[in-house]
Amino acid sequence: MMSLIEANLPALQVMLPLAAAPFCLILGRGSGAWALATFIAFATFAISISLFAQTYEGAVVTYHMGNWAPPIGIEYRIDIANAFVLLIVSGVAAIVLPYARRSIDAEIPAERQPLFYTAFLLCIAGLLGVTITGDAFNVFVFFEISALSTYALVAAGSWVNKRALTAAYNYLIMGTVGATFFVIGIGMLYMVTGTLNMADLATRIAAHGSSSTVQMGFVFILVGIGLKLAMFPLHLWLPNAYSFAPSVVTVFLSATATKVAVYVMLRFMFSVFGFDYEFQANTLRLVALPLAIIAMFAASIVAIFQDDLKRMLAYSSIAQIGYILLGFTLLTDTGLTAGIVHLFNHAVTKAALFMVAGCFVFAAGTSSLSRLGGIGRDMPWTTAAFVIAGLSIIGLPLTVGFVSKWYLVLAALELGWWPVALMVMASSLLAIIYIWRVIEIAYLKPAPEGVTRREAPLSMLLPTWIFVGLIIWFGVNAMMSSTAAGRAAHALINSSHMLWKD
Amino acid sequence: MPEFDLRFVLGHYNYWMFVILMMTGLYITVSRGNLIKKVIGLNIFQAAVFMLYISMGKITGGTAPVLIEDPDAVYSNALPHVLILTAIVVGIATTAVALALILRIRETYGTIEEDELTRIEQEMDAAPGSAQG
Repeated sequence: MMSLIEANLPALQVMLPLAAAPFCLILGRGSGAWALATFIAFATFAISISLFAQTYEGAVVTYHMGNWAPPIGIEYRIDIANAFVLLIVSGVAAIVLPYARRSIDAEIPAERQPLFYTAFLLCIAGLLGVTITGDAFNVFVFFEISALSTYALVAAGSWVNKRALTAAYNYLIMGTVGATFFVIGIGMLYMVTGTLNMADLATRIAAHGSSSTVQMGFVFILVGIGLKLAMFPLHLWLPNAYSFAPSVVTVFLSATATKVAVYVMLRFMFSVFGFDYEFQANTLRLVALPLAIIAMFAASIVAIFQDDLKRMLAYSSIAQIGYILLGFTLLTDTGLTAGIVHLFNHAVTKAALFMVAGCFVFAAGTSSLSRLGGIGRDMPWTTAAFVIAGLSIIGLPLTVGFVSKWYLVLAALELGWWPVALMVMASSLLAIIYIWRVIEIAYLKPAPEGVTRREAPLSMLLPTWIFVGLIIWFGVNAMMSSTAAGRAAHALINSSHMLWKD
Repeated sequence: MPEFDLRFVLGHYNYWMFVILMMTGLYITVSRGNLIKKVIGLNIFQAAVFMLYISMGKITGGTAPVLIEDPDAVYSNALPHVLILTAIVVGIATTAVALALILRIRETYGTIEEDELTRIEQEMDAAPGSAQG
């Protein structure tokens, strides 16, 4: 029995949440649906830990769906790079769900909650599926499973604020356009190679060399995934979706959905495409890299002027995605490591920050900064968590944010691109401004008249502090996360058919 | 400069139509203010992509991919067609979610015109207290 489970771990990773989702619906009102979802999240987390341990030394786990051998059958292919992302997705889900109970009770009517947890599990299944699969078309299908459930999850915020509906609608339109662009790109590649298996695609594209069809495929996939990961200027769906979604959904999406899209981008740009170094490197360095730098500044500046805490953090997310993109568009070993380290670090940091925002919404009924004055005195633990996570966004030593910035600056200096290194540091100064604004309001401003606020319940505080703990733990023991990220970077580069190291 | 070749142009009829339909759909999605029309645009856009996939599976002189006695039979490639079956399902699901959202928007806002929605939301921003509930 154990060996049977062990042999099918990759399939179970996706099937467990997918199959459990309808049962949430059957369990109906009460805490049954929540309990099942939480149990499943922990089970998938355990599976991804096992997969991570198996691939940590560089092994590749392959799983043939229905025993059909690739490239004809669908292959699940796990190396350290996607095991790392699987770990992030399932780990965040496992920490978020215990937090979800009280927060969702406050934001969604009881009779709708089973539907919420159903959509949540489907979203987890979709994100894990995107990450684990080795089949290009499968990526699209799982993308849409996660995206469709995400639209429903975002719209679930409409019980608090009706603008969640239009936010979800706009997200749907842009997300679908992005996914369809991605499918067009895949179609172009299929025309040329006749295969959909990513490893097989990589070999055949390298053998085929450059042609206008492959180039168009490259561009369509870049733009399609760019929409999904909110690459500046394709980020327009993100601020509204994050500000009006239920707090829990914002936490989960900010920490996982964009990260998974970044992973797909990395996989395609580094492993699958290897037709023409010149063309690819120029596209990434001359188009994606400047956009990443603009995102770092523009989104941070916009964040400074936001009144809503969730919206401010959403803009900060766009800026942080800029850092991730900057890391890997440098196209060096260190740069790629920096990008992957920041992928993890930003997931942990932003999850903590949005959890704090969720606690504020729970206790004060609003995330509007103008009505959060003096909240630091009423909710000392929650606000302290914000301060530490905020320091990590800025990039102060002993937090994970510092580790990312360190690697980014290092990567830029390695190339001799000191202006880029300076810009990384300059944009961190902008983060100081928007984080300080919140701290000032929380501690120094007087509380609004007639407001009573109590510290968030333990079930919400504890998950928040778990993330804060991770921020400090991996900030101090930086080698752990950066070794894993370095190995993931090597796995991506080594599976490539081009010499990326120059 | 490649020479103008009528057979090339006509032979790629499907692909020309793919480009035209795709751009039409995308344009409608971006330019229309009515939420339903946007979804229709999205559907046209997706249908164009279905056509791209179906066209690429066709092999000249190929028959339907059903096993027949003739050992020299040339079959069309069925895989893109099967992929598109999946994509059609995804498209229908997307449309369903979009229409459900539009229904809810109509119920709560009383309109499905984008400019009016923007106006209502700007008024909500101007009076922050009423944004809740």
